[in-house]
Amino acid sequence: MALIDIKNLHASVNGNEILHGIDLKVNAGEVHAIMGPNGSGKSTLAGVISGRDAYEVTEGSITFNGKDLLDMEPEERACEGVFLAFQYPVEIPGVSNTYFLKAALNAVRKHRGEEELDAMDFLRLVREKVKLLGMDESLMNRSVNEGFSGGEKKRNEIFQMAVLDPKLAVLDETDSGLDIDALKIVANGVNALRGADRGIIVVTHYQRLLNYIVPDFVHVLANGRIVKSGGKELALELEEKGYSWIEEPVGAR
Amino acid sequence: MSTETTEIEELALKEYKYGFVSDIEAEEFPKGLNEDIVRMISAKKKEPEFMLEWRLKAYRHWLTMTEPTWPNVHYPKIDFQDAYYYSAPKSFKEGPKSLDEVDPKLLETYKKLGIPLQEQKLLAGVAVDAVFDSVSVATTFKTKLSELGIIFCSFSEAVLNHPELVKKYLGSVVPYTDNFYATLNSAVFSDGSFVYVPKGVRCPMELSTYFRINAANTGQFERTLIIADEGAYVSYLEGCTAPMRDENQLHAAVVELVAHDNATVKYSTVQNWYPGDKDGKGGIYNFVTKRGKCQGVNSKISWTQVETGSAITWKYPSCVLLGDNSVGEFYSVALTTNYQQADTGTKMIHVGKNTRSTIVSKGISAGRGQNTYRGAVKIMKGAENARNFSQCDSLLIGDRCGAHTFPYVEVQNSTGTLEHEASTSKIGEDQLFYCQQRGIAKEDAVNMIVNGFCKEVFRELPMEFAVEAQKLLGISLEGSVG
Repeated sequence: MALIDIKNLHASVNGNEILHGIDLKVNAGEVHAIMGPNGSGKSTLAGVISGRDAYEVTEGSITFNGKDLLDMEPEERACEGVFLAFQYPVEIPGVSNTYFLKAALNAVRKHRGEEELDAMDFLRLVREKVKLLGMDESLMNRSVNEGFSGGEKKRNEIFQMAVLDPKLAVLDETDSGLDIDALKIVANGVNALRGADRGIIVVTHYQRLLNYIVPDFVHVLANGRIVKSGGKELALELEEKGYSWIEEPVGAR
Repeated sequence: MSTETTEIEELALKEYKYGFVSDIEAEEFPKGLNEDIVRMISAKKKEPEFMLEWRLKAYRHWLTMTEPTWPNVHYPKIDFQDAYYYSAPKSFKEGPKSLDEVDPKLLETYKKLGIPLQEQKLLAGVAVDAVFDSVSVATTFKTKLSELGIIFCSFSEAVLNHPELVKKYLGSVVPYTDNFYATLNSAVFSDGSFVYVPKGVRCPMELSTYFRINAANTGQFERTLIIADEGAYVSYLEGCTAPMRDENQLHAAVVELVAHDNATVKYSTVQNWYPGDKDGKGGIYNFVTKRGKCQGVNSKISWTQVETGSAITWKYPSCVLLGDNSVGEFYSVALTTNYQQADTGTKMIHVGKNTRSTIVSKGISAGRGQNTYRGAVKIMKGAENARNFSQCDSLLIGDRCGAHTFPYVEVQNSTGTLEHEASTSKIGEDQLFYCQQRGIAKEDAVNMIVNGFCKEVFRELPMEFAVEAQKLLGISLEGSVG
């Protein structure tokens, strides 16, 4: 059984259909890259998977671990193991990163029927993950994303992913706004979290990130459809030729 | 058994003294306000002549005044002749007989706040032994305090037992001519608290109205006077996070604080009067005058308030910084939801040299709530090197509420330093979704965001009050999203 099975997914924003029938299967242990030009529907796909309000699914289904994902509230999806690394992480003034993450982790643990972690155990876990990702521990005491640099925000996303230990991680344009050093740090973090139990969907405009997070599969999204799928070589081909050679046949339909 | 009985008897008698009986109800005190009513109130309380004179002067002055219309709040005109001015504490006969008769919604709130059963009954106005229990708790505390020379009693008791102090300080911060509602209060005030901390004494516990059960039903016109003599310290907690049963619509309280040389008064309020229903029907009008006078050098007065109740709140706890190097502080969280309106803030009046003041105001509006911050900072001529820092933040939840800010600044001395920071933000769908995506349910997310917003004020509250205040905000905001 696939970890996530997307079938004939149609979704619209304010009545405009953006996704015109997506089919995608991701198994545990696989890394899939979704590439495509601006406006192709990449972020919409990430939004629909995570349950953002603005998107309305008009047709199709998403099955996650055998359950109907579209039937769940966003927090249920998160508790079931869907994690979205945001393109633009949100600031929450006055709420410390530690407090936020502890509330999140305990919500997830409660859902799984596990004991809530107390402050000591939580701190131990956090220290371990901080080390794994080479993070600055002082970020933990600051308010969620407040005053973080672009790189710190993205790293914080990956850090949260490490602590929450999701089954499926969707990275939405995680490379945007990062210089090459920050990109490497984030990519190393993601690679450290690759594993046989986890599926990862990397949404990106550029091939650059895929030099560091090497995908098992690459899908090209154009005009709301997956128009081409292949191995990691496809990303290189796109880098070389651009998107236009793929888009054209769709425009001519 | 016999000792218990005597105790109860004693307490029952005490109650009689404060009017917890039905024979002093409406028929003796008709509706409306005139000199006779003022005289009757004073007589009922067996007040000395000076007190009656003061009340009458206030009443006569009140007749020359008109209701203020400048606050940014809207309500139908109040008919002051259509109210009772000695609605003596409702006799227990009229209250619910058991918790079964109490509004289940109220009980639900008590449960969420984790209030013990006995106290729930007390708060809901159920006539039970709990009242007696609490009075004896209060008595124990009083003994401890009196050993230190601290006077902590109801205002009525103070008038009878410490007339010299009352005479000296009453109206010294808020004169009877001050404003429409303060003047009304001066004429007809019912009861309240009186605190005097003598020279060099640090009050060892938080003084709370919670323990002062015999004055819990002081009703609409509460009067509080707190004096910290040279080098004294006192922290006073007003109110209770649990909503209290109350049938009076208009509340016009007056609080006066006096801090002498090197003295500190800290005054914390959690106000949770009935805010009216979802459609804005009913609810308390809370028109309060609170002011502190830093009379001595190095004195300090600090106001902290969490305002979540009342249909209309009109309140500006202020500091007059007379003494050199004196410090005034104001920390406020005001929440309005449904149809609530709040016009609240502070006045910091710098008179002495090197005086400092801090204002941190957090306004939260949800539903159709309207929240106004109104503050004044005055630096007078002689106030060399005065400093003020003001921070005024508004948080909006939803798209039908409002936040308004009216900061006034008046500087007559060019050596002063003033800073003002302000922000208005909205709990965005983005913030909520971010929390939800991490597994946190929507209501918990709103709580978290709001509590983060109020953090700077909550940390000024005494520990146990802060925890309750956080819970209270959560409960008040229930159902305001989604």
